[in-house]
Amino acid sequence: MTEAKLAGSASDRRPTLIDFDTVLESFDPAMGLEVHVELNTATKMFCGCPTGFGAAPNTQVCPTCLGLPGAMPVVNGKAVESAMRIGLALNCEIAEWCRFARKNYFYPDMPKNFQTSQYDEPIAFDGYLDVDVDGETFRIEIERAHMEEDTGKATHVGGTTGRIHGADYSLIDYNRAGIPLIEIVTRPIMGAGEKAPLVAKAYVSALRDLVKALGVSDVRMDQGSMRCDVNLSLAPKGSGALGTRSETKNVNSLRSVERAVRYEMSRHAGILLAGGKVLQETRHFHEDDGSTSPGREKSDAEDYRYFPEPDLVPVAPSREWVEELRGTLPEPPAGRRTRLQAEFGFSDLEMRDVVAAGALDLIAETVEAGTTPQAARKWWMSELARRANDTGVALDEVGVTPAQIVEVQRLIDDKTINDKLARQVFEGLYAGEGTPAEIVAARGLAVVSDDGALTAAVDAAIEAQPAVAEKIRGGNHAAAGALIGAVMKAMGGQANAARVREIIMEKLA
Amino acid sequence: MPELSRGEVRHLADLARIDLSDAELDHLAPQLNVILESVASIQGVAGDDVVPTSHPIPMTNVFREDVVVPCLTPEQALAAAPEREDDKFAVPRILGDEQ
Amino acid sequence: MSWIRKTAAEQADALAAGEVTSVELVQAHLDQIAATNGDLNAFLHVDVPGALAQAAASDERRSAGSPLHALDGVPIAIKDVLTTEGLPTTAGSRILEGWIPPYDGTVTARIKAAGLPILGKTNMDEFAMGSSTENSAYGPTRNPWDHDRIPGGSGGGSAAAVAAFQAPLAIGSDTGGSIRQPGAMTGTVGVKPTYGSVSRYGVIALANSLDQLGPVTRTVLDSALLHELIGGHDPKDSTSVPTPVTGLIEAAREGAKGDLSGLRVGVVKELQGDAWAPDVVERFEESVDILKKLGADVVEVSLPSFVHAMAAYYLILPAECSSNLAKFDAMRYGRRVTPEGSPSAEEVMKVSRDAGFGDEVKRRIIIGTYALSSGYYDAYYGQAQKIRTLIIEDFRRAFESVDVLVSPTAPTTAFPIGEKVDDPLSMYLQDLATIPANLAGVPGISVPSGTSREDGLPTGVQFLAPVLEDARLYRVGAALEAALLEQWGGPIVPAAYQSKESS
Ligand SMILES: [Mg+2]
Ligand SMILES: [Zn+2]
Repeated sequence: MTEAKLAGSASDRRPTLIDFDTVLESFDPAMGLEVHVELNTATKMFCGCPTGFGAAPNTQVCPTCLGLPGAMPVVNGKAVESAMRIGLALNCEIAEWCRFARKNYFYPDMPKNFQTSQYDEPIAFDGYLDVDVDGETFRIEIERAHMEEDTGKATHVGGTTGRIHGADYSLIDYNRAGIPLIEIVTRPIMGAGEKAPLVAKAYVSALRDLVKALGVSDVRMDQGSMRCDVNLSLAPKGSGALGTRSETKNVNSLRSVERAVRYEMSRHAGILLAGGKVLQETRHFHEDDGSTSPGREKSDAEDYRYFPEPDLVPVAPSREWVEELRGTLPEPPAGRRTRLQAEFGFSDLEMRDVVAAGALDLIAETVEAGTTPQAARKWWMSELARRANDTGVALDEVGVTPAQIVEVQRLIDDKTINDKLARQVFEGLYAGEGTPAEIVAARGLAVVSDDGALTAAVDAAIEAQPAVAEKIRGGNHAAAGALIGAVMKAMGGQANAARVREIIMEKLA
Repeated sequence: MPELSRGEVRHLADLARIDLSDAELDHLAPQLNVILESVASIQGVAGDDVVPTSHPIPMTNVFREDVVVPCLTPEQALAAAPEREDDKFAVPRILGDEQ
Repeated sequence: MSWIRKTAAEQADALAAGEVTSVELVQAHLDQIAATNGDLNAFLHVDVPGALAQAAASDERRSAGSPLHALDGVPIAIKDVLTTEGLPTTAGSRILEGWIPPYDGTVTARIKAAGLPILGKTNMDEFAMGSSTENSAYGPTRNPWDHDRIPGGSGGGSAAAVAAFQAPLAIGSDTGGSIRQPGAMTGTVGVKPTYGSVSRYGVIALANSLDQLGPVTRTVLDSALLHELIGGHDPKDSTSVPTPVTGLIEAAREGAKGDLSGLRVGVVKELQGDAWAPDVVERFEESVDILKKLGADVVEVSLPSFVHAMAAYYLILPAECSSNLAKFDAMRYGRRVTPEGSPSAEEVMKVSRDAGFGDEVKRRIIIGTYALSSGYYDAYYGQAQKIRTLIIEDFRRAFESVDVLVSPTAPTTAFPIGEKVDDPLSMYLQDLATIPANLAGVPGISVPSGTSREDGLPTGVQFLAPVLEDARLYRVGAALEAALLEQWGGPIVPAAYQSKESS
């Protein structure tokens, strides 16, 4: 491949982007989503090396995953089981007989220069996942879910960007090579129209929740344990056809999935409306501005020369095994939603917001950890949702655990802090300053209930606002709010508001 | 029986990452065609009713427990590396994309 | 008394009887290697200190009364296709020059666990591709019977080492005949076990669905001893058959008594004809006559799909090896050749692979790449896998009426070095008789059947048995061997390597 080809044409670097509504006037989008889920098995797909994230370079490798001459693979039974459970949860058929295949291509991060994957015989196929967007249900058809192995990780040295292009050389750590992956591929998703970006996001979100509920992966998009490739094409409105697709690789947050679909729709429309042809190519997503840029052109010359992996024998799960695994599946998400809404006493509107925000599991975990549904909902849907939005991460990646929320709520309930101070406790949690109690102590956030300090502050407030004091004496108890506010302000929000009111009332009775 | 042209041989060598010189092409291309011609005889021998065998001894479901076994040390892993930097393998600049 | 003339079984008995030490045995073989390897080039690497240290440890165990195995202390050589921790392993290729594996293959580990001192690593055709050992990047091995001739291949190193008394035992690997054909060419015994009955873990793969390690020895009994030692299930090889490998030694001892009554032997109709040298056929027919005399029922059987075996083999093998050899890219190990300028990884891979691989390797990689290409997969690889089914069917039918099949092992005796290097097809024909066993996974043995009347070079006879019935090979092989030894008045030995005491 020549470098000139990689750089793309001038129009690719400065594409014409069409306004989203205008796109929809002329085109129907079709999407295909390929999601790679890294399993959380203790060992790799074909060897006994550990899979822990963040180990020192090349400390989790053996002859097999390093591709040393003579080494051989042996399938991790737990990974097969996880693959089947994912398949079953996605309403797939489980193959009675399937094989691994070699996908042959050279790349320095791939130790054997072939990836052991599955080709025309996936472990799971023909399933679906229903997702909800604004009260409308979309059925996403699953073409297949298959097993494969991850590659090593290259870092690029030299050049200016730290990226692959322009680098002088690269350094490779093979710890990740051979970690089990499940690749889940949808059929083309058509008919979503203006909701296409949201449907894509909702699908990935629902898939993530499902896999998480199965307990087979950490599904951390930020750590790469869940990665999404977005295929998108446009066809003339109403034609029912499929246009030429682009494949945007490694779109690695829910928000990015939505943005990538939106961007590619606008870009494709720009090309098509100008009478151009969309290139079938791989593209890269840029988190900073939500754009995509061209990668390698997909040509027919790309020939992976698949053939059955001769070092492995077929996988033929008995129907008893399949049924046994079906019995281990968690409650289906839709039924679970209905049950939790009733248990938590959320209104339809509250429930819809919670689900849309991806907060249901987190709220359920928080309730489980020991607080009321309303308290859990309050924190996840306000403070933490704001934090997630500000920092551009998913709600479960804001860095606060359900157990910590329970502890914060307890501090409020026993009047150590109030809601306002709680926000500062969360600041401390984001910054990793310790447990909520430690943060309260370190930041000096406890509410002041000491009468001496409060009485002095009340006296000062009465003196500063004699007119208000007079109203209260005259029986207008509602006016006390102004004095309480002044005391709170003077004490940096840390006064026990109930006690302040009592002191004011005693003094102005 | 399609005959492999020089261009096709070069393309196959490229796919297989072998940098054939012109002299090597001259030498190998005719030999390859002789071999291909002799193996082409199998076409049409077995019909659709014959199931392909990828393995002489049929077995299924050979699995390993999900239990960690000791790894190589980085020293062992990197001992044969043509080039290394700290505990990573150093390779020349990579063309193409992140996979 | 020259210990190197003794069979492995005799050496083991002498160790057990305290008549010799392992150090003495190892030293005697090292001396023979020192005296002859300059001519033969059978060993690529000789581990003098390692072998002597292992021998000393063996002697200590024995004097403490706790030998690890009947063969504890008997030296062995290992084909350079199998990884040996701490000893260079090159598979005969320049691209792996100097590579020292950080791990033992399973068979290496079993050999070490049984206490056999490892003399070193034997020469082979590069990545086991060839039938003459001329494709080694480290020079050809020469046939002890005639130094201007090839010893067969790919395991010519192991066969020559055993024939020239450099080692009593050796490990070979057989993908299409690489143990059996060199056996025939050098007058030694070689066995390709049932596919999956000896672990492939640590074997630098040529064609994974065909490769099998096996014993290379001077007698059938020695092969049985080594076969039982290395065989049996290995959880590190997913294709390893979970059936114990036993009864082989017993079968060899039983067979040596010379009674084959009741044994049904099928002469393969398709492995006769013009391709077979008349002097090879003459010796073969003589062997068949002996089998009859020993009481066997000999009939002719037809396995019609054998005529397609070569073509299927030369599609399946290149396809699998083109993928197996992709890992040799000079990124993690092996010889890296860096062209001028600031080349990319891709360029370095291409240049290193061009410089590191020999012609035959390149030929097969290119054919395999072609056979797996999307437009040709069904016509070539897919079709070859169907032929494989037909051949398995042929064997199944044949073994309904006979217990073992018999044919000459190789169509000719050893040919002169250089004769076929640039004629791949005629080289491929060497494996005509041996390939079907690999395609079907059945076991095979080659036993010396005498020397050609015309050129005085050894010939071999091959027996094939059904899957997991390896014991039958030992019974019939030992019976034929015993009868021939009686006829010859002792083993046939290359002139240059005859004992100075006895000749
Ligand atoms: Mg994939
Ligand atoms: Zn590993």
